[in-house]
Amino acid sequence: MTNHPIFTDNDPQKETITLNLGPTHPATHGVFQNVLEMDGERIVSGVSTIGYIHRAFEKIAEHRPFYQITPLTDRLNYCSSPINNMGWHMTVEKLLGIETPKRVDYLRVIVMELARISDHLICNGILGVDTGAYSGFLYLMEEREHIYEIYEEICGARLTTNIGRIGGFERDFNDIAFAKINRFLEKFPPILKEFETLFNRNRIFIERTSGVATVDPETALNYSWSGPILRATGVDYDVRVNEPYSSYQDFDFEIPVGTSGDVYDRFIVRNEEMWQSLSIIRQAMQKLQNEPKGVFHADVPEFYLPPKEQVYNNMEALIYHFKIVMGEIDTPKTEVYHAVEGGNGELGFYLVNDGGRSPYRLHFRRPSFINYQMYAPMSAGMLLSDAIINMSSLNVIAGELDA
Amino acid sequence: MGKLSNQQVIQSITSAFGDRISVPAEPFGLLTFETSAENISEVLRFLKEDKDLKFNYLTDITGIHFPEQELSIGVIYHLHSLYNNVRVRVKVFIDGKNPHIPSATPLWNGANWMERETYDFFGIMFDGHPDLKRILNVDEMEVFPMRREHPLEDPNRVDKKDYFFGR
Repeated sequence: MTNHPIFTDNDPQKETITLNLGPTHPATHGVFQNVLEMDGERIVSGVSTIGYIHRAFEKIAEHRPFYQITPLTDRLNYCSSPINNMGWHMTVEKLLGIETPKRVDYLRVIVMELARISDHLICNGILGVDTGAYSGFLYLMEEREHIYEIYEEICGARLTTNIGRIGGFERDFNDIAFAKINRFLEKFPPILKEFETLFNRNRIFIERTSGVATVDPETALNYSWSGPILRATGVDYDVRVNEPYSSYQDFDFEIPVGTSGDVYDRFIVRNEEMWQSLSIIRQAMQKLQNEPKGVFHADVPEFYLPPKEQVYNNMEALIYHFKIVMGEIDTPKTEVYHAVEGGNGELGFYLVNDGGRSPYRLHFRRPSFINYQMYAPMSAGMLLSDAIINMSSLNVIAGELDA
Repeated sequence: MGKLSNQQVIQSITSAFGDRISVPAEPFGLLTFETSAENISEVLRFLKEDKDLKFNYLTDITGIHFPEQELSIGVIYHLHSLYNNVRVRVKVFIDGKNPHIPSATPLWNGANWMERETYDFFGIMFDGHPDLKRILNVDEMEVFPMRREHPLEDPNRVDKKDYFFGR
């Protein structure tokens, strides 16, 4: 335990207090440790320690076939796992040169935007809790439950979804899933509106968040920030627009940006993104009307597992099944980087392939990890209570932080 | 899609560095080239500060290990020019026994943790880094676990051999 401030700092004359915030502190919503030097209520300096839930995903991924890496990506940002899943599928599809049908793209967009809403719901709800307003959080949690029910209808799981397959989905969305999405599109806007009414012009909330942890765009870019917190500083960088994937170019939506990059702006940007996501889902539902029914995966028998009943009764399906499971299919020896706009920012997958059935090297560019490194430097000079809501508004998810 | 085509970027960097960088490739449209540890600081600074290129955003730094190569450790930078919406990938291969490379922290503060992570897993020494120590693994760890000589599983297991995984 060398170099650790808490164990080396034993100067009896010092006038500051060393405070361990975390690793398991209820106010930090996850496994984060910050060793803070406090002068009264004000933070003088801080050191972040991370890695408490490091699970060696990059090492594990080197020993798993492509389709078995999807469950690992679930556990990165577990508040919006479908985005991670889709990002990984699209990386592999890019590597293998698989073109997905438009209907698959639109279905993916629906799932990803639902995930973005559920991610932002948590973040903004928790921000309310941290500023002393519990009721908004409780309203929103009910809606997150409805989103999870939609996932459940599509893939059977709720939190760590493992949704979709390389090339599309494992099964088509059923009628109940569509009914639930429609129900959500109908019931959610009034609730989000009510949530905004509770917060947006709430005097206490504004005083508590406005001007807290202000970040200018140059600093944010210098620290490689991405996602809503970067957009709150006024930089309009969104991977969905800059490098459209999954047919995002077919959709009409806006990228909300803030001006001062403080906690209030981040809150407003996330809220506005939820409205935009709702609009995207509506457009996708509309576009699905014009797409052929029953198409839910690309026609790539070399990589997409055939249905089980065909495996038992059809020679070709059996051969492909065997080849996929045993890894007999050659993949290109090359490298690929693919990024998607995750709940917290640019989620990138850097995949180096040596032609085998598992990656030679897979690196996750995890937005939380990169966003969080500014937390300790920016906390210096802040009040402890401000630092807590700053952490909430960064929406750092421990799973994504540590990989 | 980007305002600047890869050809323009290639022209710009080859005229500035000539044979100090490798011939660029474009796997999946992402401009990729190699350079050496001596030149990397200059290349990154040029990419960031050139008034046309403006690769102002450091997307990622990571490492890779090819034990059979002479220069076995690779450091891979992904840069993004938000002005022109173009990405570039810069790779540097260095000696695996004593891997040293200049740090990118003078250019981007964001490189700090990315380099710490790369050091933590590959043992690459980033010279000039303000606080190069382990970040995800425990401080007491003695190996650099993402290097290929460290197997994931117990090496005596027979059901998880590499040839089951296509290599």
